[in-house]
Parts: sequence; structure tokens; C-alpha cells
Amino acid sequence: MSLTLLNAAVAVFIAICFVGLNAAYLVWCERKGAGFYQRRPGPMENGPWGLLQPPIDGVKLMTKQLLIPGGVDKAIFMVAPVLAMFPALISFVTIPFSKNIVAHPINVGVLMIFAFAALGGMSLLVAGWGSRNKYAMISSVRAVSQTVAYEIPMLITTITIVLVSGSLNLSEIAASQLGGFWKWNIWGFQEAVGYNILMPISFLIIFVCAVAETNRAPFDLGEAESELVAGFHTEYSSMGFGLFFMGEYANIVIGACLVTILFLGGWSSPVPLGFFPFTDHVGWFLLKIYMIIFVFIWIRWTFPRTTIYGLLNLSWKYLIPISLFNLLLTAALLKVF
Amino acid sequence: MNKPIELQPDETFVLNVGPQHPATHGVLRVKMTMDGEYIYDAETVLGYIHRMHEKMAENRTYPQYMPNMGRLDYLSAMAFNHGYALVVERACEIEVPERAEYIRVITVELNRISSHLVWLGAFVLDLGGFTPLMYCFDDREQILDLLESVTGSRLTYCYFRFGGIYNDIDDDFIVGTQAFIKRMRKELKMYAKLVTGNVILRRRLEGHGMIDRDMCLRYGATGPVARGSGINYDVRKNEPYSIYPEIDFDVPVYDGCDSMARYLVRMDEIEQSLRIIEQSLEKLPEGEVNPKKKPKIIKPPAGDYYAAVETARGNFGIRLVSDGSKTPYRLKLRSPTYSNMHIFDEACRGMLIADALAFMGSLDLVIPEMDR
Repeated sequence: MSLTLLNAAVAVFIAICFVGLNAAYLVWCERKGAGFYQRRPGPMENGPWGLLQPPIDGVKLMTKQLLIPGGVDKAIFMVAPVLAMFPALISFVTIPFSKNIVAHPINVGVLMIFAFAALGGMSLLVAGWGSRNKYAMISSVRAVSQTVAYEIPMLITTITIVLVSGSLNLSEIAASQLGGFWKWNIWGFQEAVGYNILMPISFLIIFVCAVAETNRAPFDLGEAESELVAGFHTEYSSMGFGLFFMGEYANIVIGACLVTILFLGGWSSPVPLGFFPFTDHVGWFLLKIYMIIFVFIWIRWTFPRTTIYGLLNLSWKYLIPISLFNLLLTAALLKVF
Repeated sequence: MNKPIELQPDETFVLNVGPQHPATHGVLRVKMTMDGEYIYDAETVLGYIHRMHEKMAENRTYPQYMPNMGRLDYLSAMAFNHGYALVVERACEIEVPERAEYIRVITVELNRISSHLVWLGAFVLDLGGFTPLMYCFDDREQILDLLESVTGSRLTYCYFRFGGIYNDIDDDFIVGTQAFIKRMRKELKMYAKLVTGNVILRRRLEGHGMIDRDMCLRYGATGPVARGSGINYDVRKNEPYSIYPEIDFDVPVYDGCDSMARYLVRMDEIEQSLRIIEQSLEKLPEGEVNPKKKPKIIKPPAGDYYAAVETARGNFGIRLVSDGSKTPYRLKLRSPTYSNMHIFDEACRGMLIADALAFMGSLDLVIPEMDR
């Protein structure tokens, strides 16, 4: 009993450190990436290559005054940022970084991640509702309809993978793709996925959904700064804003992890040779998620924002029918082969 | 295209956009009556940066008023200089040397390009794309450096004098401008790939922000806004001034009436301005840049004078009423954005807020010029 408690405490501590460091240094990466695309150096002042910028920003955020606007529902207003951060933290518990590095393998890990992702959508609603600000209100309504619209194709695509690997356990899903990059679920022409050549399209769908789920550009309608000032966190200052910010980056990491596990083989090495750098280990997993995050950053600094109806049209008219069709096709093909 | 929805007047709320809002680029305030995310009615409120420029003119001599021109439209200051110089020269019948005219055209067109570059960056920023802004400002920097070397200032130019210009240009400027033309042509191709061809941008601009020809005429819209609605009106062609008749250039006109048409007009205008600069540099004659004979004190004979120029945003007209004294009796400025902006109230009804703000960006508003 005490051992499991200790285990849990260590796992939570590591998860918090991982999430915190990721959030802080992804902001740095984001700014450096933006600089790279915009012919400028990005943050350079604090430390070598601006590497001390994130902790300094953190101190700044924490020492700022937390301003609560008059007339807001205080409880709801305070709960929202916490609600944004903690589902992301909890989701890390079930994510397998490699065969042995997983805080707690849960048999329904996929379900749990989706359940907590939905809670994240809730935080946006609560923040906008509690802020007593029209911009925040519009933004939260947008954010919720966006989250709902994108969770459906994401779930359907995930079910396709669950069908293929026959498990809701993330570790097992990843383990079923070991043994070279041609075994990953992204490739259609293999027996494991029933020779379904639409698998790359499924990957695209879940990638787009991951971008939209995390409110990233070009789907950052919740915080469209040229329309809604700052969206749902317009009224938040200090660590309230900081938590939203960290929650966003934590969600990005979760999204990237999910895409990696479902389609890119988790920690599996692309070329399974017997000696060290090419064996299956956590390094491959981290490499894959950071490459996906790099693409997120790349997209953000290249594309303009879509509109809310463009986004909903994309989801309801294209992504959901295609992912449904793909689910049925996969089920049929698995029966045949 | 989405079908227009039935708006419910009894379920609206008022959204106050501005005077401090990222999309209004300055201190414009729009009171929007919203039905959900749809705009039921909008009312633009001006006056947050009113500085009484017209009244100021009545209190100072003609040369003293010249610096005010740079403060009207801070992005297209050179063209405003030109307008004011033109009306006073007409009133006093001052001859401008040929070389000065060419230099005027070169600087005005350079300024037009820099203005369009700021617009392009800010417009794509309105649409949520941040990166083109940096590229545009990088290109604009070259123009600012060039103009700084001859005018002494980077933004609020006061370069023109009655009958000429302040300072002759040197070889460095000519070489630099030629290098810039080359660079800009290359960059334009990059913008076409990066921005114009972007599918999200096209989706957001094509068919949105419709203002038809009739509406433009009713509100007196000019410049790229009118030319995007199929009205072939450009002061440089229709009421030629300076040396524009001697230069071969086209007026880009699109009849799409949507935000995309206005976008394309401006992008084509950059290319046309490059052509104008290129030809002017080739034809640039030798000689003085200020007239030999010029009245010591500017005192236009009593009368009513008018001059118009094409700024980056449209037709800028100045009406000068003189009573023969050292100061104008009345100076009326007809600035292009003031007319262009008022289209917004009518045209944005029934639009989504995101489309309306994109539409506002496509009008290219410069608030200090509107409020004066």
C-alpha cells in the first residue's frame, strides 16, 4: 500500500516537473521558432540564447497582482485556470514513454485521456462564463463548440486504432507497432491494419484534430487576438493567466503523445537493429513528440486563422464523415483479412 | 458561401470594439449591436484623435503648415505633402522645375509602396497570420532608410517646398532605389506564394466584405477600395498632375467587390509603383530642384483653389480659400479614409464579427487621417 502511494507521489512529481519544464521551454522554442520563420533571432537577452527567459517569465507571472474584476463569480473565476491545468497533468499518468516508463498503465487509458480532455474544454467555458466580459463569453462559446466538433472525429479515429490493436491500453497499442517503421499504424499496407490504405488520411485527421483541440493556430479561435482581444483569458492576470498558458502547452504535449502512440509507434525505433541507438527506448518517443510539436509551431507561424464556421464546416462536413467511413472500412477489412 | 441568417432585433447585445482594440489599429471605436456572433448594426464613433488640423491652418502661415501634412496620414505622408504643395503652387502660380517633379514622384511612389507594405502586414495580422508582418517591415525598412537619407525623417516627412523640394537626391539614393526595385520584385513573388496563394486566406477573403459599385459611389469611396469594386478612378490618370502623364503605368481594377479584390488591387499597385519609379529614375533630368524665382512670402491672391492627389488610400483633396493674407482663410481637407470608412457601418450588417474585422482591415484605415 505504502509503496503504491510512494509510487504515485513520485509519478505525480515527475509528471509535474515534466509538464512544467515542457510548458516553460516550449514557450522558448515557440519564440525561437517564430524568430526563425521571421528572420529574427527571438529571445536573446537573458542567458545564452535567451535560455533563462522562461524562469524569469515564470517569476514575473507569479509576482504579479492577481486582479479579480468587480462583479465576477469569484469561485468560478478562480476554478477555471486550475481546471485548465490539472486534467493535462493527470493525463500524463497513463501515457507510456517507453516499455517501462509509465506512471500507471490503465486498461482504459485512451478513454481516460479523452475524458480529461473534455474537462479541459470545460475550463474554457467556465473561464469565459465567469469573467463577465463579452469577448470572453463569445470566445468560450466558440471554444466549446470547437472542442465538441473536434473530439468526435478524434474519438472515431482513435476507435479505428483500438479496433486494429484490440486494446484500450496505450502501452499495448504502442507495443503492437514495434519492429520497424513499416509496422506503424500510419502505413496502410500491412496486415495489422487490414491493408486499409486510408490509414495516412486517418493520421492527418487526428493531427488536424490535435491542433484544433489544443486551440492552436490556425484554429486558435478561442483567443483570436485580432477579434476577441485575448478570448477567454482576457480578464486573467498573474498566475491565472500563467496556468492557462501552461495548460495549453501541456495539452500540446498530450496531443503529440497521443498521435505518436496511436500512429507513429510510440517508442519503437524506425530501424530495429540490435545495438543501442536503434533499440526501442524512450529517446525515440521524445524525438517523435518533439517533431510533431515542431510541426505545430511551424503551422502556427505560417498560416492565418480560419473562421469559426470554416472550422465547424471542416469538422462536420469532412472530418467526421471521412473518419466514420474509415472506421467502417477498417472493421470490414479486418474481418476479411 | 453561408446563407445570411435572419437577425433577431430583440435578442441583441452591444459590443464595444475599441477605441482600444487590436483590430482597429488606432483609436477608432465601433459600437456593434450583435446577435450572437452576427453583427446586427454597427456605428463607428470618431473623434478620439481629433487635433483640429483644419483650424490650425487658419492660424499659421503657409510654410508653417507644411509639417502638419505628415501628421495626417502617417503612412502616406509624402503624398499629402504633394497635395498641399500642389494647391499652394496653383494658387501662387509657382513653376516647379522638372527635376523636382521627378524626385517628387519617386519619393511619393516609394512612400506608397511602404504604406501598402504596412497595410499588407497589418491586414494579414488581422487575419491571424503573424509572420508576413515581419517580412513586410523588413522590406519597408529599406524604403525608410532610403527616404531618411534624402528627407531626414523616417515617417512624418516634410520634404516638399512650394515650388520644389527641400534637398536634391544623390547617387547613393539612386543606386539604393534601383537595388530596392530588384529586391521588391523578388519579394512580391514570395508574397504571392506565401500570402496570396494561401487557401485559408482565400477562403476568408473571397466573397466576403462585399461592397458594390453603387455603395462606393454613394459614400464617395476612392482609391483601392473603389478600384476593387470595378470603378476605374485614379487621380493620377483622371486628373493628371505632376509628371504622371509622361509615365507609362496601369491602374489595376478588379470588379470582385470583395476583400480579395481590394487585396489584389493593392498588391498590383506595388508593382505599378515600382514601374513608375523605374521610369522616373531613367528619365530623371539634370537641373535645379527649386525655382529661381519664387515669392519671398507666400501670399496667394484672394480666391478659391483646389488640388487633388492620389494617396495610398485614395483621393486626397485640398480646398484652399485665400483672402490674400499670409494665412489661409479656410483650408478644407478631403481625406480618403474618412469616406472609405463610413462604408463599414452599412456593409458589415449581417456579417460575422471575424469577417467584419477582416473587411475593416481590407479598407486600410488610418485613423489620424480620418479624425484630422
